[in-house]
Amino acid sequence: MDALVAQLQMQYRNYTVSLYQQGFLDDQFTELKKLQDDASPDFVAEVLSLFFEDCVKLIGNMARALDQTGTVDFSQVGASVHQLKGSSSSVGAKRVKGLCVTFKEYCEANNYEGCVRCLQQVDIEYKALQTKLQDMFNLEKQIIQAGGKVPQVDIN
Amino acid sequence: MAVGEVMRMEIPSGGDMSVTSPELHVLAVDDSIVDRKVIERLLRISACKVTTVESGARALQYLGLDGDKGASGLKDLKVNLIVTDYSMPGLTGYDLLKKIKESSVFREIPVVIMSSENILPRIEQCLREGAEDFLLKPVKLADVKRIKELIMRNEAEDCKTLSHSNKRKLAEYIDDAPSPSPSPSSSTHDDSSAKDFPSSKQMKSADEKFSSLL
Repeated sequence: MDALVAQLQMQYRNYTVSLYQQGFLDDQFTELKKLQDDASPDFVAEVLSLFFEDCVKLIGNMARALDQTGTVDFSQVGASVHQLKGSSSSVGAKRVKGLCVTFKEYCEANNYEGCVRCLQQVDIEYKALQTKLQDMFNLEKQIIQAGGKVPQVDIN
Repeated sequence: MAVGEVMRMEIPSGGDMSVTSPELHVLAVDDSIVDRKVIERLLRISACKVTTVESGARALQYLGLDGDKGASGLKDLKVNLIVTDYSMPGLTGYDLLKKIKESSVFREIPVVIMSSENILPRIEQCLREGAEDFLLKPVKLADVKRIKELIMRNEAEDCKTLSHSNKRKLAEYIDDAPSPSPSPSSSTHDDSSAKDFPSSKQMKSADEKFSSLL
């Protein structure tokens, strides 16, 4: 049992570190983990779940705003991008946040093609993060089921 | 209770009967559901009571400042601190700050503004309007700890100032009054005295306030 736990823990550590190294997550995600404890054991998962729901909603808004045949209201697109930038920043979703910065610039420049490209990218990116985090949470579950504790991962 | 029955007091198992300082009740205002969840947790983990609302309008409603005569009974919990996002649709955090500072009932409540944008004129504008502090998002645990300490320190200072004021006023009353002096009514001394003293918070230099942002 212990060998399995140790192996899972190592897998978990490596996987988590890789998410930071590949730029999926930044230190705000680490801050969120500090807020999780025995009283609130699923806090991180809950916040991320709200974030992904937010992504669906906001990306939908952006798509609709960009889909206006005739004049696109770029400030409307920009407003949703601003919100997504905010929530991605709050959860440590580094790549999504970075895309939002670029996206916002295209909105301000009224650049339609740039906006459409960013919209596609941000959609891909949040889904990729969702998959990665699902894998990470699954590893946590496996560790606990194997009778172990989820290790604190030191990023630095 | 039957005759002869002894009333039992609940004594905490630790046996400690000392009065602990009351928890701060914080009203957190943010239109982002993600940010509301995070700020709520940050505050709870820092031993604060938290009420979250999604807009400036809802915040005013909660405080009973929206002009609606049917003020909600929910606000029987006194608010010790308001933390609000700056950019919100409708009433911005700045608008909310102004409304609170214009209110004779609520202007003493410290207001902290949060923003994802580090715009100096915006920060200055908020501090000039009476904001206690300005937090750059994403908000971290260290930020909340710092704010809480600041607020608790200010509340302790206000209490000291208040009790000095009461002693001074009592001494004056006794000096002025013809013999024998009846005991002064204590009701007038409570909240009104606090307003006579300039808020020490406003007097902090801009440098002190900005140092945390650099």
